[in-house]
Amino acid sequence: MKKEKELLKGNYAIAQAAIEAGCQTYFGYPITPQSEIGEYLSEHMPEHGRTFVAAESEVAAINMLLGAGSTGLKTMTSSSSCAVALMQEGLSFIAGDEIPCVLVSVMRGGPGLGYIYPSQGDYYQATKGGGNGDYKLVTYAPDSVQECIDLTYKCFYVSQKYRTPVCLLADGMLGQMMEPAVVGEYPYPEVDQSSWALDGAKGREPRFIASIEREQEGLRKRVVKMFEKYNQILENENVFEKYEVEGAKLVITAFGSIARIAKAAVKKARKNGLKVGLFRPILLNPFPEKIVSSIAQKVDGILDIELNCGQMLQDVKASVAGVASIPVEFFGRPAGMMMTVEEIYEQIEKTYKKIVENKYGTACI
Amino acid sequence: MEQLVYKKPDSIKDDFKISFCPGCDHGVAVRLVAEVLDELGVREDTIGVASVGCSVFSYDFFNVDVVEAPHGRSLAVATGVKRSKPNKVVFTYQGDGDLASIGIGETIHAMTRGEKVTTICINNTTYGMTGGQGGPTTLLGQVTTTTPQGRKVEVSGYPLKVSEILKEVDGTAFVARVTLDSPQAIMNAKKCIKKAFEAQLKGLGTGFVEILATCPTNWKMTPQEAHARVRGEMSEVFKPGIYKDRVSEAK
Repeated sequence: MKKEKELLKGNYAIAQAAIEAGCQTYFGYPITPQSEIGEYLSEHMPEHGRTFVAAESEVAAINMLLGAGSTGLKTMTSSSSCAVALMQEGLSFIAGDEIPCVLVSVMRGGPGLGYIYPSQGDYYQATKGGGNGDYKLVTYAPDSVQECIDLTYKCFYVSQKYRTPVCLLADGMLGQMMEPAVVGEYPYPEVDQSSWALDGAKGREPRFIASIEREQEGLRKRVVKMFEKYNQILENENVFEKYEVEGAKLVITAFGSIARIAKAAVKKARKNGLKVGLFRPILLNPFPEKIVSSIAQKVDGILDIELNCGQMLQDVKASVAGVASIPVEFFGRPAGMMMTVEEIYEQIEKTYKKIVENKYGTACI
Repeated sequence: MEQLVYKKPDSIKDDFKISFCPGCDHGVAVRLVAEVLDELGVREDTIGVASVGCSVFSYDFFNVDVVEAPHGRSLAVATGVKRSKPNKVVFTYQGDGDLASIGIGETIHAMTRGEKVTTICINNTTYGMTGGQGGPTTLLGQVTTTTPQGRKVEVSGYPLKVSEILKEVDGTAFVARVTLDSPQAIMNAKKCIKKAFEAQLKGLGTGFVEILATCPTNWKMTPQEAHARVRGEMSEVFKPGIYKDRVSEAK
């Protein structure tokens, strides 16, 4: 039976998708702007015979996820910014343990307590991480309520298939806004976890899940294997949007909610005859460097737009370096204020004239 | 006629190598837990949680599925395991630094929720693995590598009495503090460990046993002197006994 479109708030959409994806346990601690996820699941998980636990802290929540994930069952937590900061130790352990689980990170403004406004200040937190050691937190960034649903599914699937923690990186705007969306059926096959998960050593050798590795060579091999996995994820599970990139002279790079506003500005620019396109990475980590590199070789310049002081900008610059001698400009605004289509359009026009038509001098921030 | 009078419990691995220092009580504690798992017939249904400290290598010994927790987080990890697999037997094996210092929050909250798990805590009044620093249970006057003048109240406060705190937590069903300084004490410790597992198996709440244990290496004592210390100044501050027993009440 095909499900109908309904008016859905981003946070509720994520929560409903988690249930639809077969999430068996949820552990979380309240923080605005994502508290509706836990509220919804506290009511509906028991109805499905699933488990909701109000953790005493985010430190506890992520470690409950470690335990729950070690049994092979789908598990999730959700949080925001300063509270995701508390989870970094646990995420490093979970990555090293190769335990599947999903973290929903609904960014607010920072640093510190910041405030509850939308922000993209936690791109670094998600993709570079605060946990110790060599690991990556695989990260997908939606730009709509529908993508919140579809990518929640993707996060569960990728986490289970590759045995790794996966982050859905949304922001306060996506969490709080309402728009029509469909919570469809979970589209991915179930991945058998029985070869490694803990369920008691009945008729088999005991299993041990840990990040500790006393053999030097063993630790090296483990980390190398993890990074082979990240390469496979980039190869097999990459998701991105290219809009009007073909024939463009200037390409905008942006992710998440601000990319959606930037897309409207790109449409306006095209209407006005400016050859502008948009590249929106949806898989942020591992970063799709090769795609940005190939775009860089065909354009006169790149304008990176973010709701922060220039975080993804560093990955874009690294992708351009060595393959193209083009300017990478930046237009950003930290901590809480969305940019309008008009503001972004003006910046596009200014940058276009400077780079493509070589008319103006300065731009940015 | 041959008669088998002593054997390795099935819940201890065949190829185990003891990595604890000579005279340390960890080995006895691990064996008692393994004997209890055998006697309850739950080895194949058990998932253990290893913590950080000298207890981290418990996975070398226990012949059961084990997941490693970050320092202090064993009871949060155990919560995740038990809530996912409610029919499995879940236990944590932790030191006092892990449970009573960095992990006291997770400990109190998991037990307040009455998680149906069993927790064994080795209290040796020091951080053993890192070389004998002062910790939450270090006695007043005790010399450690970070209390070279002896623990002073005005600098480090008082030793934390875990069993006394956890008996007041509504979700615990069994709380006891035991020693391993004599055969009689060891027999008693085993009975308490068994009850702490029965608390879980009967669904009554969390079972908790605090074991006053020796650390001859860091205390710079012989094993005999170390056990005398357990019997003496340690037992004066940390009084052994059964603090709460809903298991017997439920019988």
